[in-house]
Amino acid sequence: MQRWKYVLTEVLTGLWRNVTMTVAMIITMAVSLTMLGASLLLYLQVNDMRDFYYDKIEVSIFLKADITQDQRSTLQNDLQNDALVQSVIYESKEQAYQRFTTQFRDAPDLVAATKPDSLPESFRVKLKDPKKVQALSDEFRSRDGISEIVDQQELLKKVFAILGALQNLALTVAAVQGIAALLLVANTIQVAAYSKRREVAVMKLVGASNWFIQMPFVLEAVFAGLIGAILAFVTLVLAKIFIIDGSLKPLTTLLTPVAWETVWLQLPILAGASAVVAAVTAWVTLRFYVRV
Amino acid sequence: MIRLDHVTKTYPKASRPSLDDVTVGIEKGEFVFFIGPSGSGKSTIIKLLLHEVTPTKGKVVVNAKDVTTMRSWRIPSFRRSIGCVFQDFRLLPNRTAYENVAFALEVIGKSKGVARRVVPEVLELVGLGGKEHRYPHELSGGEQQRVAVARAFVNRPLILLADEPTGNLDPDTSIEIMRLLDRINRTGTTVVMVTHDSNIVNQMRRRVVEIESGRIVRDQARGVYG
Repeated sequence: MQRWKYVLTEVLTGLWRNVTMTVAMIITMAVSLTMLGASLLLYLQVNDMRDFYYDKIEVSIFLKADITQDQRSTLQNDLQNDALVQSVIYESKEQAYQRFTTQFRDAPDLVAATKPDSLPESFRVKLKDPKKVQALSDEFRSRDGISEIVDQQELLKKVFAILGALQNLALTVAAVQGIAALLLVANTIQVAAYSKRREVAVMKLVGASNWFIQMPFVLEAVFAGLIGAILAFVTLVLAKIFIIDGSLKPLTTLLTPVAWETVWLQLPILAGASAVVAAVTAWVTLRFYVRV
Repeated sequence: MIRLDHVTKTYPKASRPSLDDVTVGIEKGEFVFFIGPSGSGKSTIIKLLLHEVTPTKGKVVVNAKDVTTMRSWRIPSFRRSIGCVFQDFRLLPNRTAYENVAFALEVIGKSKGVARRVVPEVLELVGLGGKEHRYPHELSGGEQQRVAVARAFVNRPLILLADEPTGNLDPDTSIEIMRLLDRINRTGTTVVMVTHDSNIVNQMRRRVVEIESGRIVRDQARGVYG
């Protein structure tokens, strides 16, 4: 009890004595952890979206303009009976044109330049297993009357590639800031150990245990790490409120919503990660560099 | 109590060893002076006994424990059985005499209650009764060294090591500190003192071990500085 009280007062006076350094350490930690949290959210989100989109994914089989009635009905029949296929929808030229005009209603020039019969008719095929597109494509590519088989997955892959790049960017910033935070922790510990060198020398002389000598320094780093984690968490919450549910709101049809549970999950993860990393850094600094 | 067995200590980058094949034994309750010129290696003995340095060769045994092979996590509890005073006192300047002594108890896990009982007692013993709440800068050199002795003795160690404890003090004050160490020795504490203060050695007439260039050149009961 007595000793814990001593350790606690040591931690608080230690952080206060070197308050500019403490603030710098907490800010870099917070930035690094925010980025770590953001990339983690993005990672979970991408998985979520993948499931969501794979559910809706379709393969478009565009038909040649000179296809005969016969060829079209056998094709439709074969598709409907194919083991890979879940459902088939036929889209006529008129339907395709209608969809086109609504999709591009913001570009009237483009719509005006497109004739109603210049868009191909197609089958929209939904697969039982969205990953088996290649098999379907191999099966039907050489059939008469088919001009092109378009896999929407290719498009999705590009979207996910962009999200993946964003995630990598966030992770890189997290890593760079993380290294800066570690160096600041090491430096703070060295300064703290220097300003308490007399006490440390006496403690070693009279036989205070190593953990007792090192604990205040380690806890100083852990304490700063926890504050950094809380700040990072608050930033993520604000990002959820003002960006994801705010300015990105119109995109909810495109992006799956970020659940509050996922955001809350970040608090223990960030706090745990930063506490452990800060403690290990502090301890290593003490053990091998300062030799307390 | 203390035994150095063919101990050689060569510091890294040093051309010759600080201690060269030294063998010496000290019994419980003895009072021993290690004397010799500066750089003769006498301070290295204190460092070896505290396990601040490890011998290059040979064995150091303190309180029946082999210090040479001691695991590092055992050192703190080992040091609790040894008190130590230095030439420069090593007091904490922002703490009073009382707090300096109490600090030594608190950091090894003794309660404030124990400190309240024991600290005034030991400060009285070293002759600082009534000056408990003075800061080091408000005390004379001799009084500061008394605080240091109180801190070293407050745990009732079996051994008291003193590294030139009178080096910063005038002759009269030195004699007073020696009387204090003598009184502590009479309680059964083994006292090992490193010094080159010939005056004191001659007055005390205790065992003298003289070291020169890392070797023992004299070991004499009731010796003089020579």
